[in-house]
Amino acid sequence: MSDIKLFNNDEKATWCVGCGDFGILASVQWAFANLDLLPTDVLLVSGIGCGSKLPYYMKANGYDSLHGRALPVATGAKLANHDLRVVVFSGDGDGYGIGGNHFMHTMRRNPDLTHIVENNQVYGLTKGQYSPTSQKGFLSTTSPEGAIEVQVNPIALAMAGGASFVSRGFANDPRHLRELIVKAINHKGYSLIDILQPCITYNKVNTGAWYKERVYKLDDDPSYNAGDFDAAWDKAKEWGDRIPIGVIFQDDSRPTYEEQVSQLRDGPLCRKSVEQPIDLLEAIKLEFV
Amino acid sequence: MAVVVNNVTFKIGGEAGQGSESSGAGFTKAFARAGLFVYGLQDYMSRIRGGHNFFQIRVSDRDIQATDSGVQVLLPLDIQTVEAHLHEVVPGGAVIMDAALKIDDGRLTDRGVKPIRVPLTEIAQREGGNILIAADFAPPTVAATVKLMVNTAAVAVAAGMTDLPFEYIEQIIRENFGGKKGAAIADANVAVARAAYEEGSREFGADFGWKVKPILSNPRMVINGNQAIAFGAAAAGCRWISMYPMTPATTVSEWLAAHSRKLGIVVKQCEDEITAILMAIGAAHTGVRAMTSTSGGGLSLMVEAVGLAAMTETPLVVVLAQRGGPSTGLPTRTEQSDLQFVLHASQGEFPRVILAPGTLEECFLAGYRAFNFAEKYQTPVFILTDMNQSTAVRAVDPERFNVRPEPIDRGELLTDADLDVLTEPYLRHKITPSGISPRALPGHKNAVVLTTSDEHYENGQAVEEAEMRVLQMDKRMRKADMAARDIRPPLLEGPQDAELTLVGWGSTYGPIHEARLLLEAEGLHVNHLHYFDIWPFPKEATERILGSARRAIDIENNYTAQLALVIRMVTGIDFKHKILKYDGRPFSGDELAQKVREGVLARV
Repeated sequence: MSDIKLFNNDEKATWCVGCGDFGILASVQWAFANLDLLPTDVLLVSGIGCGSKLPYYMKANGYDSLHGRALPVATGAKLANHDLRVVVFSGDGDGYGIGGNHFMHTMRRNPDLTHIVENNQVYGLTKGQYSPTSQKGFLSTTSPEGAIEVQVNPIALAMAGGASFVSRGFANDPRHLRELIVKAINHKGYSLIDILQPCITYNKVNTGAWYKERVYKLDDDPSYNAGDFDAAWDKAKEWGDRIPIGVIFQDDSRPTYEEQVSQLRDGPLCRKSVEQPIDLLEAIKLEFV
Repeated sequence: MAVVVNNVTFKIGGEAGQGSESSGAGFTKAFARAGLFVYGLQDYMSRIRGGHNFFQIRVSDRDIQATDSGVQVLLPLDIQTVEAHLHEVVPGGAVIMDAALKIDDGRLTDRGVKPIRVPLTEIAQREGGNILIAADFAPPTVAATVKLMVNTAAVAVAAGMTDLPFEYIEQIIRENFGGKKGAAIADANVAVARAAYEEGSREFGADFGWKVKPILSNPRMVINGNQAIAFGAAAAGCRWISMYPMTPATTVSEWLAAHSRKLGIVVKQCEDEITAILMAIGAAHTGVRAMTSTSGGGLSLMVEAVGLAAMTETPLVVVLAQRGGPSTGLPTRTEQSDLQFVLHASQGEFPRVILAPGTLEECFLAGYRAFNFAEKYQTPVFILTDMNQSTAVRAVDPERFNVRPEPIDRGELLTDADLDVLTEPYLRHKITPSGISPRALPGHKNAVVLTTSDEHYENGQAVEEAEMRVLQMDKRMRKADMAARDIRPPLLEGPQDAELTLVGWGSTYGPIHEARLLLEAEGLHVNHLHYFDIWPFPKEATERILGSARRAIDIENNYTAQLALVIRMVTGIDFKHKILKYDGRPFSGDELAQKVREGVLARV
């Protein structure tokens, strides 16, 4: 029987006081306990950035990789040991900028992992540069005249990229977020949770209050059907005065990548012996003759 | 007429897509079946159709591992092959061509080369085309097949002229086109081959000075370097390769993919090389023996992740098949110019192992040993090969491939039984005297496995504090000292007290070996020092051997003498003489012997 306390460790988080990441951390721990997972049942893979430090601050298997590179490490680990529940943590720069190519191709692969993007619309750890999700005109140390590019729309990108579960959460609403994390982990296949996460130090535009004013829950509308791609696409485009949170799109019909690899059908790859049968190797040798 | 038996070189050339490669591969196999030793060199351009490709087959009664620059039989499938290679054909040699090929025979006879004109197209049409028509093949298929059967005819003429018994040609044709659907195609090719063989034997055999005589021997394997590396990896229990296609590395993964069901290996082609190496790292982290393969351009993308594997102490094998650089360089040509790159790839300092096989047996061994090194030292291991070695084939006795050449050594890997009794918190990066931290795999209930690309505490938490930094750095670098003890000294062949020492690494083993034999036959006292295990560098053996060498020549397929730089860096020994080749082509034995004579011996 799992318990949220099992996930506690003594590490003191280096996040700023009031950072949205604290709420995300608590939500993740709650979700794991609620799913009756133990710290050793999961593998948390992260990139580099404030959000990617999350695996340090809870007790669980963790692999903190390189900036932007968490998804391929996670995919390799998942395919090699599909018994592990793999959850990826990255930020908006990490996940949608430098790791953008991995994002695109992981979605079309559909491995059974959950991808949490702590999206604060700014580079925090490098102290305040504009990010791929910063809004056009965003002023920062490297965009003194305002960011010129239009911002990435991760929800639309994920839907266009073939993600089978696309959702958005809000760090300051942990009650909603933790349920969303449970749904995402329960989804069989790639699940994206883009989390609106106020950066209290470097993003003075998209603040907690700014988000709070705008977000509304899709759950509140019983008629909303996340299985309807066209309806979901309309929600994906919504940004500005109103920002939907919750499960935006979900397709349960897609098989996972690992289900389609014949070598993985009889159990995780990592459990197979490294000692190949000698007679099999000898037979293969004779193919060259 | 003096006749040379079992020492002959054939060269088949044509446009890409014309079939010189498959004809050459088949012909090579036929000689191996006849008990002969064969070395087959493939040369192709970076294009799918057109251009000029060739396949060179050297046949001998001794184990050969390099080409010879003289060609006795040229088989041009187009005019360009004659233009490009006529100068290589030795006097008394032959050019076998279709009766209609528009070449002035006088150009051949002026050089003492025999024009062997055979109506190859006509034979293919007459003997083979009719069989296909009778088997109800559609006219376009008949036309396309007849075109390819011209190659069969040319090869069969060569076999007839050199007395290779026809049964070997027929056997290979039947194997290549076997099966119900291919029966008519096999029959057609055999009929074409037989007619051409008889004509070659009858009309031109008596007058031709190079013959092939089968030798009774056990069947030999015909294998190339990439297949040998892949097979070695498979024998070592590799179950994962993630890669992005790049010449000349791709065939490593293609061989594994072809055997993936049989061996239970996952082959994952990725969106780029960054993903390829990271997926391999992810897979390795869970305990799977994992690798990636690439060429220099791909490794350039992988570089950051090489350091990740080192920092997180994840066992990783990287095959680097070198080609001409920099940048896209010479995509289908050979070079040994990435040794310094691999030695220094990725920021910071960490232990790494570099293996550079130079024979097919060594390729297999490197594929196998690399995984033992990777797991024992929990660090990246590179296998350095190159275009030449990746594609060249050789006939090898199967006994030379021991499928379990050493026990599989997983290093300090904690088993489930070990972890069942673990009561302390697990420390992934525990400081130990050997530098090796016992490795638990994620998934056991008693061990939380945490690691990071940041410098870390023993438990995997990031650290910035100086003392722990030094402890962890020292711990990792102790693994290099230990790995150094597993590295084999360079191979020394020839007399200890030679007047001249030829020094090389990796794929130049064959040509240097051959050059040494040629020079030795002239009465020179020459030995050969060759490096297959390069890093950690075998310092003491090098100092002992090179320190007392009278004169040493560094021989490499690169511009900057990269091994010589390593030797100088580690031992302070400098080379006065170097033979460096960076035209994208491998050395041949006789070419190298000539360079030694001209460049070094002449300056005594």
